[in-house]
Amino acid sequence: MTTEILIAGFGGQGVLFAGKFLAYKGLIENRQVSWLPSYGPEMRGGTANCSVILSDESVGSPIVSKPNILMAMNLPSLDKYENDVLPGGMIFVDSTLIERKVNRTDVSVFYIPSTALAAEIGAPTLANMVMTGKVIKECDGISDENLEAALAKVVSARHADLKDINLKALQTGMEYAG
Amino acid sequence: MSEKVLMKGNEAIAEAAIRAGCRHYFGYPITPQTELAAYMSKRMPKIGGVFLQAESEISAINMVYGVAGSGKRVMTSSSSPGISLKQEGISYIAGADLPALIVNVQRGGPGLGGIQPSQSDYFQATKGGGHGDYHLIVLTPASVQEMADLTLLAFDLADKYRVPAMLLADGTTGQMMEPVSLPEEKEVSVEKPWAVTGTKMQRKHNIINSLYLQPDELEKINFERYERYRLIEENEVRYESYLTEDADIVVVAFGIAARVSKNAVNEARKQGIKVGLIRPITIWPFPKKVLSELSKTAKGFISVELSMGQMIEDIKLAINCSRPVMLCNRAGGMIPSPDEVLNSIKKMQEGI
Amino acid sequence: MSMVVFEKPKSLTNAEFHYCPGCTHGIIHRLVAEAIDELGIEGRTVGIAPVGCAVMAYNYFSCDMVEAAHGRAPAVATGLKRSMPENIIFTYQGDGDLASIGMAETVHAATRNENITIIFVNNAIYGMTGGQMAPTSLPGQVTQTSPYGRDVKTAGYPIKVSELLASLDGPEFIARVAVNNVKNVKAAGKAIKKAFQNQIDGKGFSLVEVVSSCPTNWGMTPGKALQWVDEKMIPYYPLGVYKDKSAQEVSQ
Repeated sequence: MTTEILIAGFGGQGVLFAGKFLAYKGLIENRQVSWLPSYGPEMRGGTANCSVILSDESVGSPIVSKPNILMAMNLPSLDKYENDVLPGGMIFVDSTLIERKVNRTDVSVFYIPSTALAAEIGAPTLANMVMTGKVIKECDGISDENLEAALAKVVSARHADLKDINLKALQTGMEYAG
Repeated sequence: MSEKVLMKGNEAIAEAAIRAGCRHYFGYPITPQTELAAYMSKRMPKIGGVFLQAESEISAINMVYGVAGSGKRVMTSSSSPGISLKQEGISYIAGADLPALIVNVQRGGPGLGGIQPSQSDYFQATKGGGHGDYHLIVLTPASVQEMADLTLLAFDLADKYRVPAMLLADGTTGQMMEPVSLPEEKEVSVEKPWAVTGTKMQRKHNIINSLYLQPDELEKINFERYERYRLIEENEVRYESYLTEDADIVVVAFGIAARVSKNAVNEARKQGIKVGLIRPITIWPFPKKVLSELSKTAKGFISVELSMGQMIEDIKLAINCSRPVMLCNRAGGMIPSPDEVLNSIKKMQEGI
Repeated sequence: MSMVVFEKPKSLTNAEFHYCPGCTHGIIHRLVAEAIDELGIEGRTVGIAPVGCAVMAYNYFSCDMVEAAHGRAPAVATGLKRSMPENIIFTYQGDGDLASIGMAETVHAATRNENITIIFVNNAIYGMTGGQMAPTSLPGQVTQTSPYGRDVKTAGYPIKVSELLASLDGPEFIARVAVNNVKNVKAAGKAIKKAFQNQIDGKGFSLVEVVSSCPTNWGMTPGKALQWVDEKMIPYYPLGVYKDKSAQEVSQ
């Protein structure tokens, strides 16, 4: 099984971090993984995106041009990538920041107010992890195990105290029924 | 091999270089290879190594020349415009028969170009690059694991043949993270009796030099160097062959273009097209023999490049233009999609 | 029974110099070699030859030698010194090499206080290529590429390397000497030896600018050229120690 994920949003929304978390989780589960960020000046305040591939076979191209899963953290990202999602794929929308609905009818759509939910648990910068929690819950290709182990890999030792709040954000997303 | 870790390609090069015994790094900031220099600046001071941010790429490569002359393992890294600036120094390093590693994490050009991935420095890397008759050994990683493995190999080959080696990567392989097993640190001891380490008043002075004002002498040295190049061409060609045994069509691609092409080859096979992939790992020396062999059975070749048709010339030469060779390319920082490669495969299938 | 009263320094080879009659490179080579001999460092010294008249200096010094690209000697020296801190590394460069094409390398090696020794030969002209205007050619000086005299309005002013480098916080020792008479030669020898001693003591970047002559390209007899050094060069390029960080610290 191969899951190709495209995470997109503003720079600073933790797009790359969420991708790294998923990649590490895959690595811990002995899967083949790749993580590819957009890079360059657009990262400074502009849009950022990253491609994550989790697979049981070796990964070919690391560039995700037809995602199974799109995590749209802002409107420009939804506008840009909505039509690229494979039929039967999934689109996750941060409904706090994106007011419009998804036009596609051949994909599963999940609206989750990640930004609002993150603020509610006192972690306004962790909308990325709230949405990631929802993805983990809904996507068959991603297990709900090894959350803490993967967090331990991506949260630097210097900020070890942030592991708990990241875990809480993930759980908030997993528990959100929307 | 150690436990697998997730690492950016640029960082994997840096760590692999350290484990290959490289303790001297000189560079100048440029996107998209900055993680490599940043990694070195963090690690080198802790292991008694040297990290120096030079005043220019020109200075950096000349510092490399100095260390290489002392016989120690040394490297620099940059991206396309910076590599152009280094060409003078690279020519001197080649002309003085010194081993060194130059990493080019390519971006789109010409001129200032862009910062997105490219393979448009193919000619520069494989045909010499600077002035004079010379070659570099050019290795092209297609994964983060190969970023590490080929860095080690590059140092070994450079020492073995006394030639500069280049790791020709691109923005994608530099920026992407994949699991990588890093090699164990190894003790390197290569005899370098030619190095300028001081005579200790026990031998005649060594001279690191590329100046020979007598043309017959300079010619002799060039011929001798090309004899070494011949040995490299004989012994050091590396490539991956994928589903080529029965292939009517052979796709040739390296680095990130090969990753994309493999997806396309798999899809084409599902559709019943007999297609395979040759992925050159060394582009100098170029895998001429295998392409020449395949041209006896294959009906056509496709060169997939992130450039305007550079490697295609070497493919045509390798098969002596005996079969059609099609170009499937993007440029300027764009990367062909698997569908674009698949379309080229189908087009060729119809034509042959 | 004979007694040796004067001999060639040991750290010069037996190769015959290719320099023109009356050229002062020979004197400066000798001063460098004497310093190396007196300090007993030949076995651990690596010299770097430039591009310019001294391009073949690697044949003349019996220590290990490296030939650098035009202007790049301070960068090459940086690499060598950083990889072999116990060795003594010197460069030998002319004015075009050091003050024109290699200015960035020079200034940055100085500002890093790179522990190397630089012998900078300033004869106000490109000698090897046949007498073109150098960054240190004097205002009004006639050369092959300033046939009407150096016009400062279009060609700018000569670069005073010692003054320029002395303005930096980095370098340890900057001095300007000349080799046009016995007294000056003696002082030059002393400065050059100090520039090597500084490196041995780990003090850092030490550069000696040697005001020199080029009878061939100046179009003068050797004697006239030495006189021209006195009359024209030294007034524009005053001799003296421009920076001596350790001495300043002591005096403070």
